[in-house]
Amino acid sequence: MLKLEGVSAGYGDFQALFGASLDVQAGEAVAVIGPNGAGKTTLLRVISGIIPLREGHLSMEGRPLDRVPAHRIIETGIAHVPENRRLFPRLTVEENLKIGAYLPAARSRFAERLDFVYSLFPRMKERRNQLAGTMSGGEQQMCAIGRALMSGPKLLLMDEPSAGLAPVIVQQVFDLVRRIRSEGYTVLIVEQNIQQVLKVVDRAYLLEVGRIKLSGKSADLLASDEIRRAYIGL
Amino acid sequence: MQRDVIAPLVIAALVALAPFAGQTDYFIHILVQILLWGFIYTAWSLMGRFGLVSLGHGAFMGIGAYVTVLLWNFFELTPWIGMPIAVAAAVALAAIVGWPCVRLRIVGHYFALVTLALTAVVALSIVGLRDITGGSLGLTPNREAAGTSIYAFQFASKTVFLYVALVLWLIGLFVWRAVDRGMGRYALQAISSDEDASASVGINVGVEKIRIILLSAGLTALGGAVFGQYQMYINPETVSGIGVSLQIVFAVVAGGMFVQLGPTVGAAFTLILAETLRILIGNEYHAADTTIYGLMLVLFIIFMPKGILGAVFAGLERAKAKAA
Ligand SMILES: Nc1ncnc2c1ncn2[C@@H]1O[C@H](COP(=O)(O)OP(=O)(O)O)[C@@H](O)[C@H]1O
Ligand SMILES: [Mg+2]
Repeated sequence: MLKLEGVSAGYGDFQALFGASLDVQAGEAVAVIGPNGAGKTTLLRVISGIIPLREGHLSMEGRPLDRVPAHRIIETGIAHVPENRRLFPRLTVEENLKIGAYLPAARSRFAERLDFVYSLFPRMKERRNQLAGTMSGGEQQMCAIGRALMSGPKLLLMDEPSAGLAPVIVQQVFDLVRRIRSEGYTVLIVEQNIQQVLKVVDRAYLLEVGRIKLSGKSADLLASDEIRRAYIGL
Repeated sequence: MQRDVIAPLVIAALVALAPFAGQTDYFIHILVQILLWGFIYTAWSLMGRFGLVSLGHGAFMGIGAYVTVLLWNFFELTPWIGMPIAVAAAVALAAIVGWPCVRLRIVGHYFALVTLALTAVVALSIVGLRDITGGSLGLTPNREAAGTSIYAFQFASKTVFLYVALVLWLIGLFVWRAVDRGMGRYALQAISSDEDASASVGINVGVEKIRIILLSAGLTALGGAVFGQYQMYINPETVSGIGVSLQIVFAVVAGGMFVQLGPTVGAAFTLILAETLRILIGNEYHAADTTIYGLMLVLFIIFMPKGILGAVFAGLERAKAKAA
């Protein structure tokens, strides 16, 4: 479904990604794990067209995305739940969801999708007239995921959905990811919470200083000495 | 019907009746000023309320007024054609300055500074081209002998201008409403808080921003053009220049730029304030009004950040919530 071949990107003179390759098949959940500053967020931003790709190729369902501007990415079926949620804080929950269905194609199915998001997150329905910026971190994360789902995506990019949340809430967020998977969405998730995320996804890639170091099935990675020593602390 | 249709129409009906109530010329004059400035402030707020704080509107207003009068004086081109040309010129200038700002993501203070520079350049050009524009002495449209001429857009009677201004003001409010009703408002609100996240949901950030900038600049130029025809005299300080840009910001901050009638309330407030000051302290202390404006601007920003009308609505909401 999604394919990256030798993708490089950066900010000004600084290069953050060096020839990263990865792919995500339809129906899969895949994680990109790695320490802070490894380039995980940069990777998702390149896919979303927010920062330009400098080298390599990027395609979604065979369609090249190398030169597609950020606002046209969502048409290809990719929705991005950004790092730190980045809701529109002065708009209500429902307005945030409405903006998630901004595309004309999504607007016509707004009511139906809104019902779906509310059934997935009943809490959002209770809070629908509250300003998004005044909710707790976990609720904001739900709203951010809901906003992404409103476009009816095929592939959901999630950037550290558990970051900055209390341990109990982190559990709930990973349960949510499971729910979303079971609803048939394909997921590419970026996480530092390696132990947790590997229990949710099928496969993972390890990113270190802008390069993919390792990849494999979650179970194998969980069992691998390298990962255990460096990241799980066992 | 909704409040954003009823309120403007009711006010318009009352204003339209004013001449029949035997009002003095002075009163009509104040009404025309409130409506024309109210229209210009509304035009500014179309973009200002989405965080696009422009100090360049003095330039757009000046271009609207000057291009119209110059075309008339030099080519006898009727303002009915001259005004659209003036508006087109202002829109073109807004595009030339606005597009790079949008592309390079010049926002916030930097956007204000770039647009401030635009105003300075236009005002200096008007002064510099004094052979054509009359420089800082100003410019008077060549008068039609009859005093009133539809072709020349000159009307001896203030009442006619009252209706012209009223129509213009209503147009401004209905444009505001149209922006409010469409997806445009959500898009622009989203953009003002996070451009990347907006792009990710499919909003074409550049196009949405430039669209509202051009709309705002064009309407402001139209306001400037009609204002020039009404005053029958324009000079760089009254229709262009940094003073005008700052006056706009002060008025919309005072009235409330986030509600449809806020800019109009700002126009009424500042005009009545200016008239009162003029009567109280006379014309001797020339800088006194500017000082008072500056002081009040600071007070408004601190104590009434939503402006007069915004604060009134917020108060009503609270009262309603308490009653319920
Ligand atoms: N806007 C930016 N400008 C310059 N450098 C950046 C910017 N964003 C990230 N970086 C740098 O790029 C590298 C990768 O960052 P990021 O992709 O955010 O990593 P991660 O998400 O894995 O923590 C880091 O060294 C970071 O300092
Ligand atoms: Mg990150």
